[in-house]
Amino acid sequence: MEAIADWFKWLNDAHRINLSIFYDAFDRGKFLGGLLTTLKLSAICLVTSVAIGVVGAWLQGSRFTFARRIMQGYIQFFRNTPPLVQLYFFYFAIGNLLPRVTDAYGQAVPPVSNFAWAIVSFSFFAGAFNVEIFRAGVEAVPRATVEAAEALGYSRLKAYIHVVLPLAFRISLPALNNNLVNLIKTTTLAYAIGVPELLYVSAQIWSDVLNVREMMNVLLVAYVAIVGVLVMAMNRWERAMRMPGYSV
Amino acid sequence: MRAPPNSTDLPVLLPMARPVRASEIGKVELGRAGLWAMLVVAAIGLIGEARAAPSDPGLLALLWKWAPLIFQGFLFNLLVSFLSMAIGTAAGAVLGLAQVSLLPQVRQASWFATQFFRNAPWLVLLFYCMFLLPFEIRLFDYVIPLPAWFKATIGLALPVMANMAEIVRGGVQSVPAAQLESAEALAFTRRQILWQIILPQCVTRMTPPWMNLYAILTMATPLISIVGVQESMSLTRAALNAEGRIELLVPMYLMLLVWFFLYCYPIARWTIRLERRFAVKI
Repeated sequence: MEAIADWFKWLNDAHRINLSIFYDAFDRGKFLGGLLTTLKLSAICLVTSVAIGVVGAWLQGSRFTFARRIMQGYIQFFRNTPPLVQLYFFYFAIGNLLPRVTDAYGQAVPPVSNFAWAIVSFSFFAGAFNVEIFRAGVEAVPRATVEAAEALGYSRLKAYIHVVLPLAFRISLPALNNNLVNLIKTTTLAYAIGVPELLYVSAQIWSDVLNVREMMNVLLVAYVAIVGVLVMAMNRWERAMRMPGYSV
Repeated sequence: MRAPPNSTDLPVLLPMARPVRASEIGKVELGRAGLWAMLVVAAIGLIGEARAAPSDPGLLALLWKWAPLIFQGFLFNLLVSFLSMAIGTAAGAVLGLAQVSLLPQVRQASWFATQFFRNAPWLVLLFYCMFLLPFEIRLFDYVIPLPAWFKATIGLALPVMANMAEIVRGGVQSVPAAQLESAEALAFTRRQILWQIILPQCVTRMTPPWMNLYAILTMATPLISIVGVQESMSLTRAALNAEGRIELLVPMYLMLLVWFFLYCYPIARWTIRLERRFAVKI
C-alpha cells in the first residue's frame, strides 16, 4: 500500500501526473465513497426498474382497456422525453410541492432526499423500457403453453408467475442487458441534482487538486470498467439460464 | 390478442419480437397523445389559476410570457442535435467501415474505440470535451475559436459516433456472405464491393436504428445545460428563478417535457413503420 502511494507521489513529482486519489487518503476516501454511491444507486434502480418491467408487462396483458391505456401512456411518455428533464421535474417540481418535514435539528427539510428522487426518476425511466422488453418476451411464449397452464387450473396471475415469466425472462435477457448498461450510464445525471456519485465527487476532487485531465481519464476508465463487469456478469447469467434447443 | 407476425400453432418458443409493437397504437393515437398532453398542461394551469391570488398574473399568462424564449432555447437544442448527428454519423461511418477492414490492426483499434465510447456515459464524455478541448485552435496565422456550445456538440457527437459505428458494422454484416464472395469472384475490387454492392443494401436497413439514435441524441441535448451552455433547460430554470413561484414549477417543466415528446414521439412512430417495411423476410 505504502509503495503504491509512494510511486504515485513520485509520478506527480517527476512527471506532473497528479493522481491524488492513489496517495491522498482524503481524496481516496471521497472517490471510493462516490464509487459506492454510484454502485448503490445503480443496484437499487436495477432492481426497481426490473420490478416495474415485470408488473408493467403483466398489466399490458390485462383485460381492462383502461390499465393498458395507462401503461401505454406511461411507456410512451417516459421513452420519448429527456431523462434530465424528467429528473428535474421530479426533484424540483414535485419535490417542492411536497410538504416539508422537521428533522432532528428542528430544521425544515424536504421529505424525500435527492438520492431518493434520483432512484425514483431513473427507475421510472428504465422501467418504461423494461416493460416493452418483457412484453416482447411474454409475446414470444407460445399460446399453447399458456392454454396448457390454464387447463391445469392456473389463474392468470399464477400462470404468469410460474409459467410465462420464467420463459419470458430468459428470452428478454439480451435486451434487458442492454437497457441495464444504459441505466448505469444514466446514473451520472444525478450529478445535476447534487447526489455525491462518482462524477460529482470527481468534479469536487478536480476542483480541489486541479487535476482535471487525470481525473477525467480515471473517470472514463472507472465507468467503462463498471459497465464491463456488469456486461460480463450478465453474459454469464445469460449462459447459465440458457434454454437447451432455443437460441436467439 | 393479435398473433405475432411469425406465429405458429406448434408449442415452440418464438423468436423475440421487436421491442415496440406498433399495432397497439394507431395513427390517431399520436393526435390523441398530444391532445391529452395539452389538456393536462391546461388543467394544471387552470388549477393554479384558481389557487393564485387575484392580483398575481395567472399561471397561463406566465407560461405564455416565457414560452417564446424557452422555445428559442428548444430550437437551439434541435440545432445542436442536427450538428452532432451530422458529425457523429460521418465519423461513425468511417469507424464502422474500419471495423470490417481487412487489416487486423485497424479492425482491433476501431473495435476498441467503438466499445470505449459506447460504454462511457454521455455526460462524462461531455465533461471530457468541455474541459480538455482548447477554447481556440491556432492554425498557422489563423485562430479558429471553439465556443462552448461547439465543444458540447462534439462531446455529444462522440457517443453518436460509436453507436453509428455499431449500426454500420451490423448493417454490413447483415448482408449474406455469399454476395461478398460472388462479387470477389467477379473481380470487383474491395472498394467497389463495399460501395456498389454491400452499402446500397444496408442503407435501408440502417435507417431505422439511425433514426432511433437521433431520437436518443435529441433527448440527450439538455445535458449541455449541465456544462453551462444555455439552452431550453437552463432557460426554463432561469425563467422559474425570475418568477420565483412554486406553483409555476410543474407546468413549466411539463411544458418542456411535452415539447420534447411532441418532437420525439413521431420520430419513434416513423421508425417503427420503417422497421416493419425494411424487415428482412425469412
